[in-house]
This record gives sequence, structure tokens and C-alpha cells, in this order.
Amino acid sequence: MADERGRTLAEKVWDAHTVRRGEGAEPDLLYIDLHLVHEVTSPQAFDGLRLAGRQVRRPDLTIATEDHNVPTVDIDLPIADPVSRTQVDTLRRNCKEFGVRLHPMGDAEQGIVHVIGPQLGLTQPGTTVVCGDSHTSTHGAFGAMAFGIGTSEVEHVLATQTLPLRPFKTMAINIEGTVGESVTAKDIILAVIAKIGTGGGQGYVLEYRGSAIESLSMEARMTICNMSIEAGARAGMIAPDETTFAYLEGRPHAPQGADWDAAVADWRELRTDDDAVFDAEVHLDANELTPFVTWGTNPGQGLPLGAAVPDPTAIPDENERFAAEKALSYMDLQPGTPLREIAVDTVFLGSCTNGRIEDLRAAAGVLQGRTVSEGVRMLVVPGSMRVRKAAEDEGLDRIFTSAGAEWRQAGCSMCLGMNPDQLQPGERSASTSNRNFEGRQGKGGRTHLVSPLVAAATAVRGTLSSPEDLN
Amino acid sequence: MEPFTKHTGVGVPLRRSNVDTDQIIPAVYLKRVSRTGFEDGLFAAWRGDEQFVLNQEPFNRGSVLVAGPDFGTGSSREHAVWALMDYGFRVVISARFADIFRGNAGKQGLVAAQCEQADVELLWKLLENEPGTEVTVDLAEKTVRAKDFVATFQIDDYTRWRLLEGLDDIALTLRHADEIASFEGQRPSWKPVTTPLAAS
Repeated sequence: MADERGRTLAEKVWDAHTVRRGEGAEPDLLYIDLHLVHEVTSPQAFDGLRLAGRQVRRPDLTIATEDHNVPTVDIDLPIADPVSRTQVDTLRRNCKEFGVRLHPMGDAEQGIVHVIGPQLGLTQPGTTVVCGDSHTSTHGAFGAMAFGIGTSEVEHVLATQTLPLRPFKTMAINIEGTVGESVTAKDIILAVIAKIGTGGGQGYVLEYRGSAIESLSMEARMTICNMSIEAGARAGMIAPDETTFAYLEGRPHAPQGADWDAAVADWRELRTDDDAVFDAEVHLDANELTPFVTWGTNPGQGLPLGAAVPDPTAIPDENERFAAEKALSYMDLQPGTPLREIAVDTVFLGSCTNGRIEDLRAAAGVLQGRTVSEGVRMLVVPGSMRVRKAAEDEGLDRIFTSAGAEWRQAGCSMCLGMNPDQLQPGERSASTSNRNFEGRQGKGGRTHLVSPLVAAATAVRGTLSSPEDLN
Repeated sequence: MEPFTKHTGVGVPLRRSNVDTDQIIPAVYLKRVSRTGFEDGLFAAWRGDEQFVLNQEPFNRGSVLVAGPDFGTGSSREHAVWALMDYGFRVVISARFADIFRGNAGKQGLVAAQCEQADVELLWKLLENEPGTEVTVDLAEKTVRAKDFVATFQIDDYTRWRLLEGLDDIALTLRHADEIASFEGQRPSWKPVTTPLAAS
């Protein structure tokens, strides 16, 4: 009997939020616990509400911040780009009109939407979290069902606090073992994406499991879940455990007192049952992983740092070969060049993937007593104003500036270059962000995705490097 | 949303896989707060190249895009769908679509027709050998036709029904307002709310 079979973590969270089951081809109606809003994907949704004479059903389950467009310098001045300014002003007007809590530029709680949700304790195990941003998968690190949506769905959630959806398929990503020195969560997820491909997760929610995942901090788990979308997945999840509870306890919006006890009792049930069956399973050996970097123009085109630029003529599949040729041409790379010899102009440390305090600590540990290579520009952009303040309290900002890096205000910044932080045509970056798409960081810019440790070491040597290369 | 039953228009071969939404519309074009006018951002980086397919007659008048696998990956930006539709596209054909893009397309009335890659290859050859060939996409019978070429495509039945009827998703959901309210009444009291905390 299907009913007697155990359930996966994803199925448990889904079932607990099903307002009504769809009949036949009809989707289920899923209740949304938390809706995160930012300035880029919401203006047309609020317009839609106004046109239809609808209200925000649950402003108390909705929170907004300004992150994609905001400059990371001179934030006390009006935004110089008039179009960006209009978009930010529009969010402010909409939040005021519809009663949505907003953390604007300069506010102590402002930051990248996926950094502030967990930081405030709003992202909790077993919740459903959506945002008009594909990296919403980040919140799955807490055992939440969290996924990115388009603007029509943003409007749908604002109006109804629900979404009509078919259940996602489930895929287990089993990672056993212990990672070596200088191997981080970023290297793990880049290796996963290289293994299953940018379309490998389509239609699935990925559950990351195994001893290598259980030993990770919450911040590292967020890095992993964050990039689930780069494997094409709807969401990524990790079962909550003591690490999760310890991170949440005492956060501003975490339950308190008897509520905390009730919540933790509930959260402890959020594990995949032993007899549950995943629709697909993938295995990875953590012991074999080394620092991983991308060479191409999608996040699946990655290799260990010790490898060389691949030779497209050796790729049997015609479409993949053609894609690799196009990527190498765009990236201006020659087959056979050792990845360690690739010189960069810019190093970007930040983003919803790697802009949290542990990421800054890791990079600062490498940069302490060292200097950024001549001719290399390094931008350090904290994921939130809270992260920025914590870093300053620890003196990390002085390590970065002494090394010659630029210490910036919080935002999405050069991850997608909607603000002035962009690559110039032909410039090459080592970036701790999540996408190496053509032009992502600025028209004609070339991006290599790396971990914070590799970013810092690369800044010092000027070519793609791991900390061991500095000794 | 306008109902969609059948569409015929010039087919455009886009021989690329992994066309991410940053390629469909770069981030600098996402700053508008209106719902229209995104056609200038469509494939903006590629349109600088005069060899690019949309810079050539008669493909610049196309309305059925035939693309490689993994179309619409990456960012959730619905602007990608708006840019395609504002330019004049009504259908995208591909062997694999990214989930969020497919969802966004379905909300806006852009048909994301999933065909076998072998059929995509046949269509590419046909459209390249005979530029201007019209492609007919019939949503009721789930077929793609061009000259002698006929193939079926996949689309989920619910999206297909909504597109055929031109139905508004929010209105459909609001028919279940009572069930939503009843669900809300049973949520645990410790679930988080975003209401600002009192200053301590």
C-alpha cells in the first residue's frame, strides 16, 4: 500500500501545507508560510493587485527588503541611476500602501533577502518559503520547502497566500565522508552540479544527506541549498538537527518558551523515514573532493582546480561539444591550459551563496598578513548589514582593507551587476557567487565560480589558486 | 489572459542549449516597473551580433522559437517570458525547459511545448533550409506542424486547460477561499510572523 510507505522530508512538508488536494490533472493548493519580497520582481505583482482591487492577504507573513539594485557605496545619497531609484521607490510605495514590513537601504536589518530571512529567525524548519528569486532554495538548509517563483506567482501569493502546484519529485543527494582541507560547501555543490548537470534536477526537490552534510554548519548548508537551482532543481533541503536548532534559538523571530519546545518537538519529526523511497538517488564521496572551479558559462561546466581547461573535441555529445566550444570562445580560454594559470582582474566575495559571516571569516583568514596582487581588484560585499556589523566587530574589515580589498555595504552587488558593481567587457573574475552565465556580472565579463577560500587565495596570487598555493 | 488554441507563425531556429534567462534578458533590462516594453532586452547581448538569427529576415518576424535543451534555466525573472511575448513570440519549442520558466510561461499564455530533441533537430534543418517556413502549434491536439513535418509535444494537462480557456489563476484559487481560511485556522500558533517586534 502506497499509504503505508514512509515519506521523505519533502513529502512531509508538502503534506502539512496542502490546503486541498488536486483532482486528476489539477494541482494541489499549497499554503505559504513566508513570502520574501524585493524590488525587482514585485512591482508588476503589486500593480496586478491594484488592477483587480485585491489586498495582500497576509502582510504578517510577508517581508520586503531592497537588495538587487542597491549601490554598495555612498548609500546615504540618492541612488544615482534613475531607473534603479524608481524601482526602489516603487517598492517603498507599495509596501506602505499594502502594509508590508520593509527593510530599506541603510536599515540595520537590510540585506540580501536570503541572508536576512534566516538571520531574523523567520526561516524555520518545516515551513514553506517563496520569493520572486530563484535562490530562495537557500532556505531549504533549515528543512523548509523553499523555492523561487515568477512575478505572476508573487501576485498569486500576495493575493491568496497559496500557490497551485503539482508535488515535486524527490532526489536524494547522498554525500558520505569527510572533506579535506580547503574544501568547502561551495566545492561540494559545484561538484554535485558538474555531476548531475544544469538540467539534472529539473522537477525535483533535492535532499542533501549523509555524514558530509550532517557535519556542516548552517551557513555551509545554506551555500549548498542555495545552488540547487543551478542543477535545475525546484528546491534543495537538509533535515533539521541540533545544528539547526542551535542556530535558531534566540533569534528575533524564533519561537520562545513553551512555543520553542513545541516547535522543536515538531521539527524533530522532519526527517525522511527509513522506508521512504526517493524518485532518484545520487552518491558522492566527500573524501575525493578538492577545490572546484568553473571554466565555462554555466555552473555545470566545472572541474577540480588541479585540472586543465577541457578539450571540446574530446566531448562525444554534439550539443555538449558545441556548448563547450562556445563557452571557451566566450571565456577566451585554450584547451589544456591549467586552471591554476588563469589570471583574473577582479575577485568578488559576497552574494546569497557566500556572503555570510563564516564566508568572510574564511577569506579573511587567508588574507591576513597578505596583500591583494597588483592589478587585481577585490570587492568584499557582506550579505547583510548585520553581517557587515559582525565582521567589523571582529575586525575582518581591517584585514580586508589592509590587504587592499574594498569593503562595501550590503547587497547583491556584482553577483548580477544590477547596481554599478560590474565587470567591464573582457574582464575576468573569480567570484563566490552562483552564476557564470555570459554577461551575468557585466556585458562581456567572464566569471569563474569559486569558494571564499579560493577567492582569497586567487586575489593574492592573481591566478586561480587555493590557500595551499600560497605556502 | 487570451485563450490559446492554435497558432501559426514563422519558426526561428535557435541552435543553443542551456539558454539561461540572463541570456533571454540581461539584468540591466529588469529595472522597469511596468509590464510592457521588454522586447528591447530580448537576447540583448546576442543581438549585437549581426549573424544572430533574430537579426536576419525573415526570422526577425518569427513567433515560434525552436531552441536547444534546458531553455530558460537560472534566474526566476518572469521578464524573460514578457520579453519573448513583447517581441512577438507565442510559442517556444524545446526538449527540456527549466521549471520556473515553464511555470512563468504558463501564467502568461506563452506555450512552452516540449518536443523530442530529434524533432527539434528536424525542425532546425527545415527552418534553416527554408527560412520563413511557418510552424503551426495546435494546443488542443498537442501537435507541431511545418510543411510535411508533424510531431506531438508535451505540456501538463492543467496548464493546457487553463491556456485553452484563458483562465486567471488567482480567480481559480479564490474559489477555494473557504478552504484557505479553514487551513489558516489550524496553523500552529508558534509559526513565524513578520510583524515587527516590540522594542525591548
